[in-house]
Amino acid sequence: MAQSIEARNISFQYDTAAGPVLAVKEASFSVAPAEFLCVLGPSGCGKTTILNMLAGFLTPTGGEILMDGNPVTAREHNRGVVFQDFAQLFPWRTARQNVEFGLEMRGVSREARRETARQFLKLVKLEKFADAYPHQLSGGMQQRIAIARALAYNPGVLLMDEPFAALDAMTRDEMQKQLTEVWQETRKTIVYITHNVAEAVYLADQILVMAPHPGTIRARIPLALPRPRDPLSANFVEMQRQVLANLTH
Amino acid sequence: MSAPFLLVAAAWEAVAIAGIFPAKLFPSLETVFTTLAELSLDGILWAHAAGTLARLALGFLLAVGVGVVAGILMGRFQVVEDLFLPAVSFAYPIPGLAYAPLFVLWFGLGDLPAVLLVGAASCFVVIINAWKGVKAVRPLWLRAAEVMGANERQMFWKVIMPAALPYILTGLRLGLAQAWRILVVVEMLTAVEHGLGWMIFGAREFLNTDVMLSGVMVIGVVGLVLEKQVFERVERYTVVRWGMLTA
Repeated sequence: MAQSIEARNISFQYDTAAGPVLAVKEASFSVAPAEFLCVLGPSGCGKTTILNMLAGFLTPTGGEILMDGNPVTAREHNRGVVFQDFAQLFPWRTARQNVEFGLEMRGVSREARRETARQFLKLVKLEKFADAYPHQLSGGMQQRIAIARALAYNPGVLLMDEPFAALDAMTRDEMQKQLTEVWQETRKTIVYITHNVAEAVYLADQILVMAPHPGTIRARIPLALPRPRDPLSANFVEMQRQVLANLTH
Repeated sequence: MSAPFLLVAAAWEAVAIAGIFPAKLFPSLETVFTTLAELSLDGILWAHAAGTLARLALGFLLAVGVGVVAGILMGRFQVVEDLFLPAVSFAYPIPGLAYAPLFVLWFGLGDLPAVLLVGAASCFVVIINAWKGVKAVRPLWLRAAEVMGANERQMFWKVIMPAALPYILTGLRLGLAQAWRILVVVEMLTAVEHGLGWMIFGAREFLNTDVMLSGVMVIGVVGLVLEKQVFERVERYTVVRWGMLTA
């Protein structure tokens, strides 16, 4: 079910009042099915632009993106997206109704929707909050609902744009642990945008390190650390040092 | 809740008893309530109130139908906005009373001009709020819905409508207040058969201030009931429950 992604020399140029700005310059990378890719870089390095191109919100101004060998178009819906902003959930729908949204759009029957939503709420450990409205839930819970919502209609790829960046450090650690479990259970291909080195080392199979102005891929670092990863282990710290060296070099 | 009413009532009684105005022009509360009781026992009050409420309902429904649809189309399609916004912005601040005499000339006396005028006078605030509501829908919601596969129709009913609801409800509430105000005056102008405005206006001829005050009280009570029982309930059930508006 999980799809592969291949980006071939993709570029994106914004037209601003001050003239064209090259946000991403000739980036190439590939993600195997069920692989966890982290795109790491400082703000303004074009990492969100890359995610928006993968999501189909933006069309590359150069190069092409293939998913399972087929070119990406804006009008296909085989991707799940989780944004950074908690407000991404629909406030007029309960947690369960939010998770059902993608299935509802596909005309799935009420009973089947309900059952699938139940499974995915269980996956993110929130089945008890199925009937709560988003404003009644904490930020971390809302982000877990958003993850369940993005997975419920079974997309081939899950795209995540700094989903835990606005959470406090303790909640973030817990969320990273849970996300790893969710990924191991669902075996989705995940592209995860972050500016946090420790987070990337904790989550990824492969890290793309980006540099700004214009956004380019500076390094591609495979990680072979066994899971579950211990952020306090010597290997982990060494890996962080290595990634950081690529980032600041 | 009732303390300010009691205070006003006491002040009223004091002025009435002090005899600053002739009793015929400034009746005591007792006289007013006696008249109110008589009028309602006679059924006269109900006939007038029913006439007014029927016109209010028709005129307001007209405003809601036209206003919500026009406002949403304006918010959704740039062409429609470019086409209608100048006209709506121009008409919005004009008091309905200013063109009331025109409606009387065009549509004669009676119910038709009253209903049309109520609709015309109250639809602009509904349009403006529906339009703003659609404009204020978070782009993030549209993006999320789009990536989950919502088509145009689903986007409209499942995202834009509920997302714009806080604004739309505000528009309806303001529109109803507008409709209520214009209606009472229009009834005085267009000589409807039964109507609270007409009842008040007719009573003036005979210095029946107690009847006039009874009419004013009923108008106030109906407005209060509409606000508390209709709008507050709808809001509590929707936007307040969703955390989109604090009660």
